[in-house]
Amino acid sequence: MSDGTSVPPIPSELLTLNIGPAHPATHGTLRLQVQLDGETIVNTGCEIGYLHRGFEKQCETVYYQFVIPYAERLNYMGPVHNSNAWCFACEQFLGIEAPPRAQALRVITSEMARIIDHAVCIGTNLVDIGALTNFWYMYNYREKIYDLYEELCGARMMVNYPRIGGVSQDAPDGWFDKLLTTIGEMQEAVGDVQHLVERNRIFMDRTIGAGVITKELAISHAVTGPCLRAAGIPYDVRKAQPYWGYEKYQFDVPTAEGGDTYDRTIVRFQEMYESCKIIRQAVASIPGGAVMVEDHLVALPAKDKVYNTMEGLINHFKLIMHGIQPPKGELYSATEGGCGELGFYIVSDGSPKPWRVRIRPPCFANYSTFPKIIQGKMLADAIAALGSINIIAGELDR
Amino acid sequence: MGLENHLEGMPVIATRLDEVINWGRKYALWPMPFGTACCAIEFMGVVSSRFDVSRFGAELVRFSPRQADLLLVMGTITQKMAPVLKQIYDQMPDPKWVVSMGACASSGGFYDNYSVVQGIDELVPVDVYVAGCPPRPENVIGAIVKIQEKISRESISAWR
Amino acid sequence: MVERDIMARVQAQFGERVLASYEFRGQCAVTVRPADLRAVLVWLRDDGEINADWLLDVGGVDYLGYPDDDDREWRYEVAYQVYSMAKNHRFRVKVAVPEGAESVPSVWDLWAVANWMEREVWDLYGIRFEGHPNLRRILCHDEFEGHALRKDYPINKRQKLSQPAENLLCDKVEWA
Repeated sequence: MSDGTSVPPIPSELLTLNIGPAHPATHGTLRLQVQLDGETIVNTGCEIGYLHRGFEKQCETVYYQFVIPYAERLNYMGPVHNSNAWCFACEQFLGIEAPPRAQALRVITSEMARIIDHAVCIGTNLVDIGALTNFWYMYNYREKIYDLYEELCGARMMVNYPRIGGVSQDAPDGWFDKLLTTIGEMQEAVGDVQHLVERNRIFMDRTIGAGVITKELAISHAVTGPCLRAAGIPYDVRKAQPYWGYEKYQFDVPTAEGGDTYDRTIVRFQEMYESCKIIRQAVASIPGGAVMVEDHLVALPAKDKVYNTMEGLINHFKLIMHGIQPPKGELYSATEGGCGELGFYIVSDGSPKPWRVRIRPPCFANYSTFPKIIQGKMLADAIAALGSINIIAGELDR
Repeated sequence: MGLENHLEGMPVIATRLDEVINWGRKYALWPMPFGTACCAIEFMGVVSSRFDVSRFGAELVRFSPRQADLLLVMGTITQKMAPVLKQIYDQMPDPKWVVSMGACASSGGFYDNYSVVQGIDELVPVDVYVAGCPPRPENVIGAIVKIQEKISRESISAWR
Repeated sequence: MVERDIMARVQAQFGERVLASYEFRGQCAVTVRPADLRAVLVWLRDDGEINADWLLDVGGVDYLGYPDDDDREWRYEVAYQVYSMAKNHRFRVKVAVPEGAESVPSVWDLWAVANWMEREVWDLYGIRFEGHPNLRRILCHDEFEGHALRKDYPINKRQKLSQPAENLLCDKVEWA
């Protein structure tokens, strides 16, 4: 600068920054390493596995029906969905079908799980970009859904509600009315939050164009769920290969075009409305009858039979001690979880313990796009995008 | 002792130093939530409006261990995570207390396999264990009250 | 198209190269040798009738000690779940991996999702994927010895980690 005409370049080198695994923006247990040129990300390293709890190995040591609580703890944002899905996979394997009332109850509990999953996902994502209010607001309604679960089966979060061949118990008297009231309140609350953020200048500036998952990237990475629908591909297992009678309900598959963080958030808002719609229809058209199959090889006998008859007692004992005896074979069962296609690939050797349980975790495929979508973007965009992919470490690492 | 006569009406309480410091410490716990799994979601319930842990003076959640004095370990700790937890505990300044929330953190829970640490007491000293999978928010608040009781029995000389 | 018809088409196309085929509850699968894997997957993707352009899942299975299974000449299988979004049908291709030659060609250049999924199979089953850009462990830690989901790995054998990985940054070619 001696002659006052030229500015020498400022000496700069790349900064390597470590984020996580114990970092609030990583929602649990993700670890990132980014190489920064100023604030721009030039290289990324992702490390997962910090919550690898050995689910798949553990499943090989327990009977089919004892996998239900393990399956539930895979996805702690909307736990009941995964146990429903596991029971459904086992039913497909055994070639049985849950009674219509049980299927409707599964639809209702799963859609409740989807609502609270999306509510907390949006809430925490907004916390990451600086809007704390929505999280507290949404969490109140999550508590209300917890209350409903508690009334249904005694537990608020890890409900252990479904069984292979149905669900553990019918809904108590008046439960459906409370459900409809809560769903109405929930829908209003979601609307409030949506109005707070949808046209909010700060939110739009932070999220539009951040973390774009294009169609091509989504296909190559087998992205499913809201992330895929935000990219413009209307794939939903509930529509493509309906189960539990989803074909009976009228609902839309919301999509967007951009595939960025903003679109993913808006798609989640709309999905919550659709879930409310499905719950209302399911409650209105809920069939009567039993909630468990009449098959003594699968379903536990009623308690009065266990206590008062010898056959009932032996049946109970056999099922608990010797488990369900499936045929030999292998099967892949897919359902639509909170973050995408949740698949269970079961290999059986004919014994009551699964030979192999492989989960197709939606988050795993969705998160594998992450290094690509933040390449060349600002670090702050990466944080906004991370929350909007909705990564649940329990499912990601199993 | 006649000391009051010389203070000319100034409000004075005569007490032990331990009492004052413990009183201050126990109602101003700064928790560091080390949340890995399901229990962390229940902890969100603890800090949210319905259960509202700020009634017990422990709502100021710090994600930097250097600003915290209460380590809440919530969720399964795997072998891969173990050194991280140890490092975070070591980074916290004294005095510090540890709550092990839930079955997984306390004993490994029902994950008895190759990758799960069978209780965080293999790694860090634990003051209060909370049962449950996951524990209800009331249990977590109960654990914080237990920590407060423990603090009120401590002496500043013990932390030297 | 139902899965049985897909299987028939695959058998007609590849003939002897299909080692085995299965049907169970309406789901079908074929087993092929590692050398044929890429050809089969690409054919399934490009065939106009099948058009299975999505690779949804890659997962290993260890058949060590599987009962009444004397005619299986391989110990491991890697199962590829494919899906056609346009035709809305699924299919499964399995690759037979014998003990002692645990090697399968990688398909990460065809479907990017295979990158992490193959790393997971390597981590848990010790099956190498030839041509993979970054075949590191993904779920277990770096100091882990053995492969956890093999049937001869004791479930309770815990291995401690002394130090978390320092450098995670890898070659940029993986993300190109």
